[in-house]
Amino acid sequence: MKTSSIGTRRFALIGLGVLLVAAMTYVVMRSGPLAPTRVTVVQATEGQLTPQLFGIGTVEARRSYLIGPTTTGRVRAVAVDVGDTVKAGQPLAEMDPVDLDERAAALDASVARAGSAIAAAEAQRRDALARRELAAVNARRYVELGRQNFISTGAVEARQQEQASADALVTAADANLAAARQDQQRLAAERAGLRQQRANARLLAPADGVVSSRDAEPGSTVVVGQAVLRVIEPSSLWVKVRLDQARSGGLVVGLPAQIVLRSNPGRPLPGKVVRVEAISDSVTEERVAQIGFDQVPAGLSVGELAEVTLSLPPTAKAVLLPNAAIKRRQAQTGSWVIDAGTLRFVPVRIGQASLDGQVQVLDGVKPGVTVVVHSEKELGERSRITVVDALEWRRP
Amino acid sequence: MISLAGRDILHSWSKFVLTGIGLGLLIGVTLTMAGVYRGMVDDARALLNNSGADLWVVQQDTQGPYAESSSLRDDAVRSVLGQPGVARAANVTYLTMQVRRTSEGGAAPAGSGDDDVRAMVVGFEPGQPGEPAYLLAGRHITRSHYEAVADVRTGFTLGERIRIRRHDYTVVGLTRRMVSSGGDPMVFIPLKDAQETQFLKDNDAIVNDRARTAANPSLNRPGVPGLLEAIQASQANNRNVNAILVQVWPGTDAEAVAEPVRRWKHLEAFTREQMEEILVAKLIATSAKQISMFLVILAIVSAAIVAFIIYTMTLGKIREIAVLKLIGTRNRTIAGMILQQALGLGLIGFVVGKVAATFWAPIFPKYVLLEPGDAVRGLVAVVVICALASTLAIRIALKVDPAAAIGG
Repeated sequence: MKTSSIGTRRFALIGLGVLLVAAMTYVVMRSGPLAPTRVTVVQATEGQLTPQLFGIGTVEARRSYLIGPTTTGRVRAVAVDVGDTVKAGQPLAEMDPVDLDERAAALDASVARAGSAIAAAEAQRRDALARRELAAVNARRYVELGRQNFISTGAVEARQQEQASADALVTAADANLAAARQDQQRLAAERAGLRQQRANARLLAPADGVVSSRDAEPGSTVVVGQAVLRVIEPSSLWVKVRLDQARSGGLVVGLPAQIVLRSNPGRPLPGKVVRVEAISDSVTEERVAQIGFDQVPAGLSVGELAEVTLSLPPTAKAVLLPNAAIKRRQAQTGSWVIDAGTLRFVPVRIGQASLDGQVQVLDGVKPGVTVVVHSEKELGERSRITVVDALEWRRP
Repeated sequence: MISLAGRDILHSWSKFVLTGIGLGLLIGVTLTMAGVYRGMVDDARALLNNSGADLWVVQQDTQGPYAESSSLRDDAVRSVLGQPGVARAANVTYLTMQVRRTSEGGAAPAGSGDDDVRAMVVGFEPGQPGEPAYLLAGRHITRSHYEAVADVRTGFTLGERIRIRRHDYTVVGLTRRMVSSGGDPMVFIPLKDAQETQFLKDNDAIVNDRARTAANPSLNRPGVPGLLEAIQASQANNRNVNAILVQVWPGTDAEAVAEPVRRWKHLEAFTREQMEEILVAKLIATSAKQISMFLVILAIVSAAIVAFIIYTMTLGKIREIAVLKLIGTRNRTIAGMILQQALGLGLIGFVVGKVAATFWAPIFPKYVLLEPGDAVRGLVAVVVICALASTLAIRIALKVDPAAAIGG
């Protein structure tokens, strides 16, 4: 009885000891310098990738019109509001003409008066013509009588002088008439100019569009160059996208694009690159391109943020690796290759990359080679590793 | 020849095992405390390692992006790149903030404390120093905006949407041991987004600022159209970063690169050693000392308790020892028994402690680094303390009067 009890105790104690030793071994093997680093691997495969470019931009209007007066003045009326659709030539606003109407009325009166002046000049001319005719007849008669010596030479010369005066009077009357006509022309031209100025005070829509902002209200004074209204053409909306210079290789006009608007992230819209600006931003190190929508969506707002993904043509076949497998050691770019159970750092030359994280390896890694992708910590040549399917790392 | 120690243990095995486990838990606590201290120092070092830099270029007269705030123009990196000896250089920003997890339906409701994580948001340039060196899962950032790589300690999972200020980011990769000097896990996002995060105000503040500028008659002059817009546009952007991480060519002395930067670029530059000095000796000095003080006290207390347990355990057996003496057992045998028991107890305690510490260390919110060196030191300390304590007990045992077995 007693011996068996001691035996069970001994077994229990030995069991406990074994358990402790096992736990200790597990602890030593799992943590500390003896523990292997868990890694996941991938076989390098050949394939094509579709490089993509990604940038963010804002919706802008290709054609937007700032409508304002050409002279400083006060706004008299604004006929439209933000969001109104307007047709080309439609009056949108009017500047205060101040005294233009009165000046036009005055000119109207002046033109009428000029007409009267013409009539007077014409009458004077007719009078002068009549006087000239009479003077000519008189002169002819006196010359005849003078030749027959019925009258003195002095009387003949007096009549001849009368005729010359009458001629001069006709010329003067002609000139007066012409001057009166010119005066009328001048006044008419002035009146037309004033009417144009009056028309200029009305601000008309230059094209079909939508009023995007109303910057001045009736009564406010605007200076030259300041806008009263802004009108945009909704059909001309596009996205001005900024792409990181380092990732803008292959950006050309015509590339297909996917536009994701911030207001509707679930629905990408198709489009394409319609303009690549020749000047890139040297401060932000970004290139600028304009992306046109294939079909401009309804309710699009100018200034909205958009994410744009451009697809480049697929590359030639090459070895592809996930970008997590590309490491940098000092100044070298390379990958950890498992070669017959040992780790080796192989320098690689990388080409293009796709947005889903695939990288083209131009040389350094052959297809079929096992490459380390993820690792628990940074690897070295002497790291001990165990390959696992995934480094499930849940939050404890 | 029978083992007296083994026999005695078998006799009162439950007491022995329970004492061993209790001792073990105490040793475990001490080891953990050492781990907490080591983890704290390691966090600071991890920050330096992860940045992958040989040289930190920061604002003049400041002590780097970690210990003090530093702000410099983001085009300063170009002139640093032109310095001889510089292999790579990249801008980086650091900002410790709460990062929110967004639910599918949109932003998390305000005030739900569970859904935000304290993290250090790092803005880096992909492929440049400052990038996370290795990933646990997922991939590196490929888009220039709105993607993030997070430390697993944040609890974020792949594909999850997180909100930093006004933008949502998709977690595309997970990494590990990327922490700030305070132990906050890092979230890596593209530099341009990080600059915006750091310097862009919230919408209400922007609107208020615009109104304030518009109300200023000298900035909103009636006769100068466009002036107000220009001023407001210039207020809305900020092109600053916190530091430039520089890698020098292999074989180049970092100090030799740092010196001209300090002298001619009017910036401050720290080498790896100087940065470590700043982080370990200045930034975490007080809290590390606090922990180490506690560690010292805990070690002393643990040692005392271990000694007392061994001592009282022997005292508890004084009667049996007297019997042994009565039947003529040699002193050496009795001393050996006590010593063996003490060392056995110490060993069991150490193993239990080490195992316990290893298992509960990952549960700690901050990093606990159990260094093998500490474990070995702990083992030596435990053995020495047990041996010392048992010599005290042996002295008592050998002085015991055999008559005590019969008397009282």
